[in-house]
Amino acid sequence: MRREPIRVAIIGAGIIGASISRVLSMFEDFEVILVEKEADVGWGVSKANTGIIHAGYDDEPELYPLRAKLCVRGNEIWRKWADELDIPVRWCGSLALAFNEDEVNILKTLLSRGLRNGVSGLKIVEAEDIKALEPNASRDAVAALWAPTAGQISPWDAVIALVENSVANGVKLYLSTEVKGIRIKDGKILGLETNRGFLRADWVINASGIYADKIAEMVGIRGYRIRPRKGEYIIFDKEAEPKVTRVLFPTPTPISKGVVVTTTVDGNLMIGPSAEDLNEDLREERSNTKSGLDYVWASASKLVDRLPSKSMIIRFFAGLRPEPTGGDFIVRGYDEVYGFIDAAGMRSPGLTAAPAVAHMVSEILRSLIDRELKRKDSWNPYRKRMIRFSELTHSERSALISKDPRYGRIVCVDEMVTEMEVIEAIKRGATTIDGIKFRTRACMGKCQGSSCMHKIALILSRELGIPLWRVSVKGPGTEIGIGDIKVLFEEGDQCGRCRET
Amino acid sequence: MMPPAEGQNTREITCIICPLGCTLRVLLKGEGVIKVEGNRCQRGIIYAQGEVKPRRTLITVVKVYGGELPVVSVKTSKPIPKDLIPEAMKVISRVSVKAPVKAGDVIVENLLGLGTDVIATRDVKAV
Amino acid sequence: MREMQRDLTIIGGGPAGLAAAIKAWKLGIESITLIDESERLGGVLPQCIHTGFGLHYFGEDLTGPEFAARLIGRLKETDVEVLGGAYAAEINVKPDSFKEVYGYRYGEAFKIKSKAIIYAAGCRERTRFEAGILGERPSGVYTAGEAQTLMDIYGILPGKEIVIVGSGDVGLIMARRFALEGAKVKGVIEIMPYPGGLIRNIVQCLEDFGIPLYLSHAVAEVKGSRRVESVKVMKVDGNLKPIGPGFEIKCDAVILAVGLRPRIELLARAGALIDDATGGPIVNDWLETSIPGVFAAGNVLIVNDLVDYAAEQGERAAESAFKLISEGDLTRSGAKPLIRGRNVRLIVPQLVSCLQDVVFYGRVSAPEENVAIRFEEIGKIFRLPAVRPPEMFRVKVPASDLLRLRCEKLTVNVMRLEA
Repeated sequence: MRREPIRVAIIGAGIIGASISRVLSMFEDFEVILVEKEADVGWGVSKANTGIIHAGYDDEPELYPLRAKLCVRGNEIWRKWADELDIPVRWCGSLALAFNEDEVNILKTLLSRGLRNGVSGLKIVEAEDIKALEPNASRDAVAALWAPTAGQISPWDAVIALVENSVANGVKLYLSTEVKGIRIKDGKILGLETNRGFLRADWVINASGIYADKIAEMVGIRGYRIRPRKGEYIIFDKEAEPKVTRVLFPTPTPISKGVVVTTTVDGNLMIGPSAEDLNEDLREERSNTKSGLDYVWASASKLVDRLPSKSMIIRFFAGLRPEPTGGDFIVRGYDEVYGFIDAAGMRSPGLTAAPAVAHMVSEILRSLIDRELKRKDSWNPYRKRMIRFSELTHSERSALISKDPRYGRIVCVDEMVTEMEVIEAIKRGATTIDGIKFRTRACMGKCQGSSCMHKIALILSRELGIPLWRVSVKGPGTEIGIGDIKVLFEEGDQCGRCRET
Repeated sequence: MMPPAEGQNTREITCIICPLGCTLRVLLKGEGVIKVEGNRCQRGIIYAQGEVKPRRTLITVVKVYGGELPVVSVKTSKPIPKDLIPEAMKVISRVSVKAPVKAGDVIVENLLGLGTDVIATRDVKAV
Repeated sequence: MREMQRDLTIIGGGPAGLAAAIKAWKLGIESITLIDESERLGGVLPQCIHTGFGLHYFGEDLTGPEFAARLIGRLKETDVEVLGGAYAAEINVKPDSFKEVYGYRYGEAFKIKSKAIIYAAGCRERTRFEAGILGERPSGVYTAGEAQTLMDIYGILPGKEIVIVGSGDVGLIMARRFALEGAKVKGVIEIMPYPGGLIRNIVQCLEDFGIPLYLSHAVAEVKGSRRVESVKVMKVDGNLKPIGPGFEIKCDAVILAVGLRPRIELLARAGALIDDATGGPIVNDWLETSIPGVFAAGNVLIVNDLVDYAAEQGERAAESAFKLISEGDLTRSGAKPLIRGRNVRLIVPQLVSCLQDVVFYGRVSAPEENVAIRFEEIGKIFRLPAVRPPEMFRVKVPASDLLRLRCEKLTVNVMRLEA
């Protein structure tokens, strides 16, 4: 007899929630819904971090057992996932630079810790060999910890890929759906109270990032708090030189891995993050500050022979990391509440650990419902990313244009993004300017949207059938206009109001 | 400048004729210019006289329906009194014109009875 | 891929490119193709709905669209081929003297091989990031040109409580546009101690509407996590460093008029030398870049105040291209560099051959009254009652004066004259 599938609601479509949804979608036993409060996926912690897949030597297993174990495991799984899901990743390796004897000793500690954690290929390299690995590394570095298994990924590409694959495998995505409460009856979870109605669920997995503790409170769990830690970043134009080929770290401190110098998968030099612990109630504080950016610049300068000119900076931004009480990931079920699993406190190395966290959650769920899971025969591990016109050769582009003439219309000049790509991004779920931006790279060039945003908006207006002014950057409240150009005359039209009364 | 006598008042304006941008002090009686000070050339005096009852060419857009674009740029055929501009904008905001529009078309005739028209300054093709 | 061979390719269908195309055809260049990114020609002119265009070029005070329409009308009388909606992806310069432009448009990829290129791609606007405006990154922050496109081409209103950053002409024009459409313009914030635009615009865009101008102030931060809620404005000292506690202005849209940058990417990638002062290519008195046969005109060469200058530069480039195509070469050897002396922030052309009349376009660094622009080594002087950075100077030095140059350089100084 076929059993009713268990309805699992995952709160948060960031890297953790999306990874969990992919893994759970493998099994016939689950009907998975992925619930996200923003208008698109990955807009919380996931879109504003360094995008590094860490090797796994940073986390001391005695202090942070989950971080230590799941980082290394996640690093391994990403190789398979990035391939299956067609996510661009640079397996470039990382160098942690030491500038004095004390730091070299710390690197030696990290080396042995890494070996204990199961990291392969780690070794300490002397000054002469650093340049061979990274020509732009600071010549003042006396030694470095070389971790060839580290990588650089685009975190939002990863989330988008995971969600596309999950949905293709039966997961239902609920966007613009904010969880206001969790309904429990007789100690059993009934479902989610949201701003768009009640969603029935037997199991709730909390992957809500910065707000994880607030969600946990809804079922009476108060064992941890999340404290936001802000990190500021600076991004350079793609043509800015010199770049770096490896991910460059300073020698880490117990508190933070430090300011990084890296080249993103898309070819932009990026430096950051700073690390500023914020007050618990500042969950949306992502402003860039002079002290934060100065700190990033000064710290990054130490790692390289030189940074490009400041005139080549195209953007600065900031992200929040969810620092949990105790510092380690919180991945567990609770005796007190049957039907609730936390996947919280996913600070660094959260992105790296995500696939391993997902498998761990799946295993926790399996053991709590006490049954053997049946894999779907039809489960498809593969997903293809969108064509990037800018990555093709002239003749490849020409061939593409012959297939569909709309590939010939360039809407974002800096990043060479075509109308067809914008339309494809809309097909794949984008309903906002940022949704297009993260799927196509439009608005990510020098102009930061000042030339192309309105062209993207025109296409969204046409394809979604909404007036141009209603097109939004990132959901309700961020529309690009307040009405048509004469709207303020309508409001003040006394005659109009009188006529209505 | 001597303090204004009864029935007179002074106004300070910036001359726009050349990059010097002289600050002109204009002594008025009613609408007549009695004296101009602060100018460094004769053209400043003429400018000051013109600014007693300043006039401006009004530039805006008018809504279009059935066209390749939703608005058409317009200008008044002659400058209109500056203080009537808010009223003029209200009138224009209620107008909507059907495409096609050709540059030079009269969109609003005899705006506010001032003997000036609002004319289109570009074409808008019909779709 | 469609392959074409032409005498002349013009990149950019704004006033400089249009004027160049018309002139080139009039002079007798036979096969000319003009490409533009937009389906509509005119560059930025169709959205510049205010007057002030063409006082020199046509002897009339026209709006931007009207100026564009005149040139487009003249272009239609030629047989210049126009490719609209065409994106130039790459300029490739071959040693055998053919220049290639690769590009894309609806339905086709193209490659145009030509003997000469006139590059008239215009400018882009500086962003809040380049202007160092910190704080949050909400929606509601637009560049002035972007706001102008949204309002005057696409008929939507970006906001109703506006702060304008930068008192250059674009910012002032947009202040007036918003005020006319009923929005409350709370202020124009200008970092310098003097305004950045024409006096005419200070009067007719700000004073007319009672819009406050905050000189020696800067926007330090934008506030608002989703949509703009306010800006933090601070006074700056003589070194443009913020001082004091600052104050907030509540707003729902921030309009940035913080500078233009010539769109030189294609030229730079093809190897053209760029002038740090103008941001545009270094050119000789043929308006030829350091790549032989590639000419530049309009705002990509130097950010012009007047469209008339952009058109004039287009015509000059066309004359040079014609000479090159018909005679096979231009005299370039012996070109002398211009040295920017006292109070000369930038000047174009940067090299002179001393064989012909040259029109120089330039800007001063600081405002001064009663000055002389002096071309020292040839003793040529032009007197002006006043110079201001926002107002470009344009002077024509005849060949007869330039031929007197014996030194290896030509120094330009702006000097105060005795009263």
